[in-house]
Amino acid sequence: MPVFRRQRHVDPLVCREFVQLVSDYLEGALPEQERRRFEAHLAECDGCDGYLEDMRRVVGSLHEVTLAAPDPATREALLRAFRDLREG
Amino acid sequence: MAVDDDEDLLIRLRAGDEEAFEEFVVDHDSALRRVARTFVRTPSAADEVVQETWLAVLRGLSGFEARSSLRTWVFRILVNRARTAATREARQVPFSTLDADDPSVFEPGFGRDGRWISAPARLDGDPERQLLSGELRQHLLDAVENLPPGQRVVITLRDIVGLDADEVCKLLEITDGNQRVLLHRARARVRAALVPQVERHR
Repeated sequence: MPVFRRQRHVDPLVCREFVQLVSDYLEGALPEQERRRFEAHLAECDGCDGYLEDMRRVVGSLHEVTLAAPDPATREALLRAFRDLREG
Repeated sequence: MAVDDDEDLLIRLRAGDEEAFEEFVVDHDSALRRVARTFVRTPSAADEVVQETWLAVLRGLSGFEARSSLRTWVFRILVNRARTAATREARQVPFSTLDADDPSVFEPGFGRDGRWISAPARLDGDPERQLLSGELRQHLLDAVENLPPGQRVVITLRDIVGLDADEVCKLLEITDGNQRVLLHRARARVRAALVPQVERHR
């Protein structure tokens, strides 16, 4: 019974807290109870739902980003060093 | 990179496979440069650190014991060299201090009750679209570039290079909590920086 009562009286998350927990949520780093509060808020708040979606896209896009290749001179110099080391 | 790929790559590198080495360089050089830049002041100092790193990698290949992934090993060499270079420059890199001077990066649009005053501006209407087309890709990278150093190095290693949280904590000698705060602030700032850009591209 006490457990039941405590759970019923957990304060609901507000948007300001939600936003601060987004990365921990995406990392799977929220403790169980915190995660449930997070998801309960998510289910009823369009603003936060959109925010989470945006953060997912930022992370997804960063994962996909390809960085520029090094310039030919750098590449050539490194390949020479690679060769020298083999031969030397 | 999976362990098997790593083993395969290591065998090829040790056998002197130039194509494998070139691929390895192409995959990592740019990220190494970005990480180096969070430690040292100038691009030329960063170039020097990266150059030293690659040479140390070449020299170390035969003795590499695969206790970590190849990639983590390369970044560890880089971070060590970059730290040394930063000490020479007498530059303090505040990775362990949470970029304490960073004012709250969280959305300003909350009322006194902690709720959104109005729904936050969104990145785009089409959630399937990545943010990588043309100019937006540049804005994404610029947004990362403009972060304070601790946030920049963490988001680069985590989200661009793809190291896991544990590896990043060890590399940068920061706690897990520290790492998560830096990562979160970085992502929130990048998102906030992109919103007006996406609006413009609509």
